[in-house]
Amino acid sequence: MNDFADALRFIADNTALLWQLTLDHLALSGAAVGIALALAIPLGVTLGHLHRGSFAAINASNVGRALPSLALISIGVAVLGIGFVNVMVALVVLAFPIVLTNAYVAVDGVDPDAVEAARGMGMTGREVLWKVELPLALPLIFAGVRTAVVYVIATATLAAVAGAHSLGDVIVDQATYRLPGVLGAAICVAVLALLAELLFAALQRAVTPRALRLEERGAPLLGGPGTTNERTT
Amino acid sequence: MTALAAAQPVIPDFGRGSSCVRDNGTFCWDWVRAHWGDTLRPALVQHVALTAVAVAIGFAIAFALALLAHRRGRLTTPVVLVTGLLYTIPSLALFQLLVPFTGLSRTTAEIALVSYTLLILFRNTLAGLAGVPEEVRDAARGMGLTPRQLLWRVELPLALPAIVAGMRIATVTVISLATVAVFVVNEGLGAPIFDGLQQTFKTELIAAGALCVALALAADALLVLVQRALTPWTRVARSR
Repeated sequence: MNDFADALRFIADNTALLWQLTLDHLALSGAAVGIALALAIPLGVTLGHLHRGSFAAINASNVGRALPSLALISIGVAVLGIGFVNVMVALVVLAFPIVLTNAYVAVDGVDPDAVEAARGMGMTGREVLWKVELPLALPLIFAGVRTAVVYVIATATLAAVAGAHSLGDVIVDQATYRLPGVLGAAICVAVLALLAELLFAALQRAVTPRALRLEERGAPLLGGPGTTNERTT
Repeated sequence: MTALAAAQPVIPDFGRGSSCVRDNGTFCWDWVRAHWGDTLRPALVQHVALTAVAVAIGFAIAFALALLAHRRGRLTTPVVLVTGLLYTIPSLALFQLLVPFTGLSRTTAEIALVSYTLLILFRNTLAGLAGVPEEVRDAARGMGLTPRQLLWRVELPLALPAIVAGMRIATVTVISLATVAVFVVNEGLGAPIFDGLQQTFKTELIAAGALCVALALAADALLVLVQRALTPWTRVARSR
């Protein structure tokens, strides 16, 4: 337990460094998640709305899960060189299938009766999408976002091996920071991932339409719906 | 002898590498062929062993917990909370956090890998057991089955597809995560990946990464076949 006391002392003594690396970590994760969302949500929602391409959309996450993040980042080094962009591209590649599959399944799985009723009321395809399908699909789409965010934050730790800055810098550099530093940074990363999980679990709850919320009352905050979909870091 | 050695002109020894290896090509098949036996195959075997042990232990723990939670529903929330917590901790961090307790060892790697399987296996097993229709249970009880017989002869066989689905996710996840274990124990496909990361010659890294993906896909396909073999009735139902 002495090691952990030293680790906490390291955190107290190096707040400036750790804070800077946390900001770098979040910038890297945020950029990757932002790009992945911008690409995957419109695609997944469109495919789900049209009920097309289910094979590709569903299997995307199966293949994505099999990709080892360390290998992907490393291969990125071989192709794109070291630095922020390479790691960000790797993180986008890892986050994209998670978001895509969830967005597709969410919209594709909206109760056909609800869609039928909306059509019967004279809604156009676009209105059905925006007023019926998206509100009902939002919680599940958000579950994908939440899984992707936690996954990307976890994987961004490995950015250190490819020359981008993150809290992983300290974890993989035991020669400089010694065991207390490594443990201290590991604690920071773990706390960061847990905070992201809790924050997005709360957000997911907030975007769930009130009528749907009753069904999942009592569901635990951690490991809630959608969080076990995939994870490779 | 030393004088003679010193008199030798210093010519770097590039070995007998092919032109691809000498020119530092992006991917050299002949390097893979030459080093399959001494680098890639041992790493692959270690990787399979790391994964098999982690999934087996994880399944034993999660299965026991799921059976308990199936009987006492109140256990579900705390188990999901704790395993969810473990699942959220980034692997690189969890590996390092275990080092003060178990050192830089295979045990450290296995504990972390096992902890990532628990949530998935527990939830799937429990969901499979909960999904057994009440009529089926009633019928089994009506036939005079004891609770133990009901569990092993009726509920578990019916839960098998969900359990195997959990095994597939857990296995593929562990295969992928085991590469990160290289930071605490120099075993598995993470070793050649990490090795390749520190040199400009990239064949080793790409080959090991590709092997890892292939292993994950192969394991996934194998488990699908196992599930089909164990649940012949699902096939009959589908073909009708």
